[in-house]
Amino acid sequence: MARKPLQFQLNGRHQAVFTDDGQNLLDLLRRGVGDLTPKYGCGQGTCGTCTVLIDGEPHLSCLTLAETVDGRQITTTAGLAEGAELHPLQTAFMDNFAAQCGYCTPGMLLAAKALLDRNPSPTREEVVEAISGNICRCTGYEPIINAILDAAGRRNQRRYG
Amino acid sequence: MPVRVETFDSLDAAASALRSTRSARFFGGGTLLMRAANHGDQSFDTLIRARDPSFRHIRSESEGVSIGAGVTMKEIIAHRDLSFLIPAAQAVGGPAVRNMATVGGNLYANSPYGDLAVALLVLGARIEFVGQGGRGVEIEEFMRDRDRHQGSIVRAVVVPRPRDPSSFRFVKVSRVKPKGISLLTIATYLPQSGGRIRGARVAYGAMGPRPLRATAVERLLDGQYLDSATIERAAAAACDGIEPRTDSLASSWYRREVVGIHLKRLLTGDRR
Repeated sequence: MARKPLQFQLNGRHQAVFTDDGQNLLDLLRRGVGDLTPKYGCGQGTCGTCTVLIDGEPHLSCLTLAETVDGRQITTTAGLAEGAELHPLQTAFMDNFAAQCGYCTPGMLLAAKALLDRNPSPTREEVVEAISGNICRCTGYEPIINAILDAAGRRNQRRYG
Repeated sequence: MPVRVETFDSLDAAASALRSTRSARFFGGGTLLMRAANHGDQSFDTLIRARDPSFRHIRSESEGVSIGAGVTMKEIIAHRDLSFLIPAAQAVGGPAVRNMATVGGNLYANSPYGDLAVALLVLGARIEFVGQGGRGVEIEEFMRDRDRHQGSIVRAVVVPRPRDPSSFRFVKVSRVKPKGISLLTIATYLPQSGGRIRGARVAYGAMGPRPLRATAVERLLDGQYLDSATIERAAAAACDGIEPRTDSLASSWYRREVVGIHLKRLLTGDRR
C-alpha cells in the first residue's frame, strides 16, 4: 500500500506528513497529525461533527480524500483560540450554554466561523442555514443559534476577528 | 479493504485507466465514494481522479449552459448564468456538502439523493462523456440505463435555459427543517404559449430508484390552462404508473398518498 507525502497548513502551521492511499482527512488529522478536535460521527456526511475549513470553506473531513488537501490551508477547532484567549465564538458558546454533550460543538464552531468570516452580521435564518449540515441531539439548536448571533454582535462591537 | 488512488492530469488518461482497471470507480467530490469506502464497500478497490481544469468549467453555449461534471453545488449557486438552478443546488446537503458534491456525482446518486438530477431531468439536460464524440445522451436515456454508463466518465452536462424562469419550479419535501433528506422531490417545467402549457415536463426524485418523469401528469397538463381544475386533475394522477419505493424515511403507501398534495402545492405556488 503506497504512502504519499503531503504538505499543508494546519491552523497556520506547516505540516509535512505521509498519507495512506485512500485515507480520509479526518483520519489523517486525528491519527496522523494528532489533532483530535474534529470528531468522527457518522462517516457518511450526515452529522457534520467532522467539519473542518479548507481554504476557509467548510468541508466534511470524513468524506475528503486526504491527498486532495496538498498545499491547502486547513482550520480545525484547535486553531480557534489564541493561547489562553478563546475565540469569540467559543466564549459565546459557553455563555449561551450552546454545548451540552459537546460532540457536535467542533463542527458547529467551524460552520459558524465560515459564516461569520463571510458575513459578519448574519440574520437568524442565515445562521440556521449555515449550521443546517450539523446535527445536535442535545440542545434543540436554539442556544447554538443564539450563541452564533451573540458572537457576531460581540465581534462587531470589538471589531475583533 | 484499503483503496488505491490514481490521479491523472487529463480526463482522457483517467477514462482509459478506468476502462482498463477492474473494480475501479471515478472519484469526483467524494460525498458518495468516500462514504462507501468508510462503510467498507468492497465493490471497488481503486479510485481514479482527474485534475483536468476542463472538468470544472461553466460555459454559456447556444443550446444552454455547459457545466463541467466536477463543478460543485456551491459553484452552481454562485454563477450568474445558473441562477435558475439555485433552488435545486441549494436543496443538496448543508454548506459543507455543497462545497464538495459535484454535478457528475449527483447523476449517479441513488435515491433518496440526487435532487439536482431531478431538475436536470425536467429541463431536458444532455450528458456528454469523456472520449466519446457526438452529442452524448439525453438525461432521460441516461437515467433509464444508468448502470450501462458506470465505466464512462461524464465530462459535462448541458442544461437548456428555461425560456421563462418562472416556468421552472422545484420543491424538496423533507421532514426536517430547514434541511433533511428527501421524502420526495418534484420539479416541473411548464412553458406556456398563448396561456396554454406546451411541452409539459414533470419529474420526481425519491419516488423510484432514480429520478423519473411523471408522464401521466405531463399528458394531463399539456395543452391546458394552468387553472384549478387542471391542477386538481394533475394532482389526482400524480402517482399514475409509478410505484414509489419504501425506505427508512417513508413507505411506498405514504409517498403515494402525499405526492399529489405536494404537486398541487407546487403548481398553485403554495409555499408552506
